[in-house]
Amino acid sequence: MSTTFRPETIEQVAEAVSWAAAEETPLEVIGHGSMRGFGRPVQTGYEIDLSALSGITLYEPDELVLSARAGTPMAEIRAALAEKNQHLAFEPADLGPLYGAAAGAGSIGGVLACNLAGPRRIKAGAARDHFLGLHAVSGRGEAYKSGGRVVKNVTGYDLCKLLAGSHGTLSVLAEVTVKVLPVPEKTRTVLLHGLDDAGAGTAMQRAMNSAHEVSGAAHLPASVAAVIGVPRVAEVGAAVTAVRVEGPGVSVDYRCATLRRELADLGETSELHSDNSRLLWEEVRDVRPLLSAPDTALWRLSVPPSAGPAVAARIAAESKALYYFDWSGGLIWLALPLVGSAAADAGAALVRGALTASGGHATLIRAPAELRAAVPVFQPQDEPSAALTARVKDSFDPNRVLNPGRMYAGL
Amino acid sequence: MLRMPEPDQAVVSRREAIAEALRAIVPGEGVIVDEAALRAYESDGLTAYRQPPLIAVLPQTTEQVSEVLRYCHENHIKVVPRGAGTSLSGGALPLADGILLGLGKFNRILDVDFANRCVVAQPGVTNLGITDAVARAGFYYAPDPSSQIACSVGGNVAENSGGVHCLKYGLTTNNVLGLEIVLIDGTILRVGGKHLDAGGYDILGLMTGSEGLLGVVTEVTLRILKSPETARALLLGFPSSEQAGDCVAAVIGAGIIAGGMEMMDRPAIHAAEDFVHAGYPLDVEALLIVELDGPKAEVDHLIEQVSAIAKASGAVTSRASTSEEERLTFWAGRKAAFPAVGRISPDYYCMDGTIPRGKLPIVLGRIREMSETYGLRVANVFHAGDGNLHPLILYDANEPDELDRAERFGAEILKLCVEVGGVLTGEHGVGVEKRDLMGTMFSEADLNQQQRVKCAFDPDALLNPGKVFPELHRCAELGRIHVHRGQLPFPDLPRF
Repeated sequence: MSTTFRPETIEQVAEAVSWAAAEETPLEVIGHGSMRGFGRPVQTGYEIDLSALSGITLYEPDELVLSARAGTPMAEIRAALAEKNQHLAFEPADLGPLYGAAAGAGSIGGVLACNLAGPRRIKAGAARDHFLGLHAVSGRGEAYKSGGRVVKNVTGYDLCKLLAGSHGTLSVLAEVTVKVLPVPEKTRTVLLHGLDDAGAGTAMQRAMNSAHEVSGAAHLPASVAAVIGVPRVAEVGAAVTAVRVEGPGVSVDYRCATLRRELADLGETSELHSDNSRLLWEEVRDVRPLLSAPDTALWRLSVPPSAGPAVAARIAAESKALYYFDWSGGLIWLALPLVGSAAADAGAALVRGALTASGGHATLIRAPAELRAAVPVFQPQDEPSAALTARVKDSFDPNRVLNPGRMYAGL
Repeated sequence: MLRMPEPDQAVVSRREAIAEALRAIVPGEGVIVDEAALRAYESDGLTAYRQPPLIAVLPQTTEQVSEVLRYCHENHIKVVPRGAGTSLSGGALPLADGILLGLGKFNRILDVDFANRCVVAQPGVTNLGITDAVARAGFYYAPDPSSQIACSVGGNVAENSGGVHCLKYGLTTNNVLGLEIVLIDGTILRVGGKHLDAGGYDILGLMTGSEGLLGVVTEVTLRILKSPETARALLLGFPSSEQAGDCVAAVIGAGIIAGGMEMMDRPAIHAAEDFVHAGYPLDVEALLIVELDGPKAEVDHLIEQVSAIAKASGAVTSRASTSEEERLTFWAGRKAAFPAVGRISPDYYCMDGTIPRGKLPIVLGRIREMSETYGLRVANVFHAGDGNLHPLILYDANEPDELDRAERFGAEILKLCVEVGGVLTGEHGVGVEKRDLMGTMFSEADLNQQQRVKCAFDPDALLNPGKVFPELHRCAELGRIHVHRGQLPFPDLPRF
């Protein structure tokens, strides 16, 4: 059993990390622990749990800014924002259920440390794009701050960006400031029925290259569309390509109708309104169609959007993978059965081999711990990038005590 | 005036030998030693500071950049990278004992990819050059700093440049998909590409806004957007800046994210109107330009909503553009605000703090008081959507002590920005100009952590030294951990 520190102040975080740095004793860093299965398994005798470092410290809706301690539950943040009809525009995925946690669990620190983003990534960016300021404790045990509470800021290096997606390997986040935005007045989704992957790629590209400010573009092949928890989608009985528009009512009506007209030559269309639309994008965001795929490795591929269908085809030709596309083809969620060679490498060779022509990267999101220990979970880096990554790690955490090995073996 | 580090005479005395070595890497006219020719590089947009470089080098390929940097690294020679030289913070100010590395010959668009909505370009291409390359298909590149006709996209990456559309479309950092970077030891690094997230540590985000201190950018991949169907602007006049500020807050409170929201105070309005005759009202204290873009139905709807909010906030003038020509006229005055102020004063000094929007009336009030104290006029231009304030301090460099007074006035404004919860620089960079003010915003621990990151890229501090950090510590010194080994008592640390 490991010992857990549960600090209530940034000073206590610094105290714990200083001790770990001095003793060269690794610490596992967790927010609420809802995504502990994300990354390579970390085995440490001590862990630092940020759930007691909690609470919104500043929320000014007119200024579009919110600050909170890193362990603040996402549920609390969502509720506070909803009260003012605002939200986190990057639409962070709720990945906890993939790892057995309850829906809606997790902390704001965890969302930022994993740089989560949902379907709106194509329009609004990821967590990193909304991360304005931080107070953190480096692996040296030193408290420091970076950024601020304003959007436009080039005062010193942007360490918020660097810490977003660093999975707790550089510093322990203590307090964060994020940009918040108004919830769009209306949302509506155009559905195209029965397209194959390549046809869907064409449709999504046409929608994205229009002036309609599309805020979601996904393609669900028939087997995935069939298990979507929105009857209007599942009952199409074929593949479904979804294109979302949001904004003022008059504008959404206009853009939805225009998109349907502009896509009509590609196939039959229909549309989803408010609640159905919201539910569909939640399912896409949280990878729900692949949530309960037993005995599979779950992969997340980030590729140039136009390359998505070809990359998926390469993998599907060699496996019985279930997959779907988000980000207009730029994001592929893929569940690969752990059979044959994939039983030994989770399909890493196949998946990463499929990316070589297009560029991009693949992350092993969910797999048994022994596979995540044996296979690089994050895309292996070329030599210059790996060397720089190690130097950046050491510039924050020279004794390598924070989440050692979470992202890369030995780091 | 700020001081730069003392030149290393040993390096200065080796000038001829260094030039010879550089000529072996960059043949022909690419190595400049002639003193008259070097004058072209002695200053950037912060013209109060001038220093010709030891030598200027204008490489044409990434391999040449790599070899030049490797040579400088091995021979311990400082390097100042330069794009178009439009920095307003002295980011490209040369060093007497350093090489100026000009990226001006990296001026080609390499790939226009509409399928993935991005452009791959060399760093010397101008900001407007990106939009020009894609405009035929109805696309554009969103960040649009005022200097967009001249400034380079490599420089935009270095300074994380913004423009008037940031609130809705983001800054440079939100629009960069990939970079090719050369590190000081000559290593060529490729980060990101045409996919949306780069993976690994966010080196793209770290490089953007790093002011040429971490590496030299030799290629950029930028996101492009389809141009909105329509855009209309509202010209709103208010009897006070408080009311204009209230209007901005109310627009945002109503859930409207405008394409642009720009404010000018009375001196800026008058200077601009005298210069371009945009039809601005002259009897108001604050002028707000609100631009709405999108489908016509949406824009018309939002124009009505914003007009109503403005009226409720006390607007005394309200005009909505009814043609593209009129919209551009509304903007003409704002876009010409800097040169317009240049007409009414021999010199002006442009500041760049960012503040929480709601603090604008307090900050403008205090700036007025300071204006009296320092005996210098000031005009204010404000990116109201994102809180970025550009006070223009009017002075005459030929008058003894006026530049000094302007600099002290400017420094006091920036300290005020930090005091009200803002930051020293929104988009111009720290450079030389605000270097010595970093301590007002950051503690020693904050700055030390930033410098440790610098050490991971450039352990000998050869890239653009004298910028951003008030003092550079040795990396070995910063790397030490001062610890007292001990047991694990922490009586007050909850433990389970």
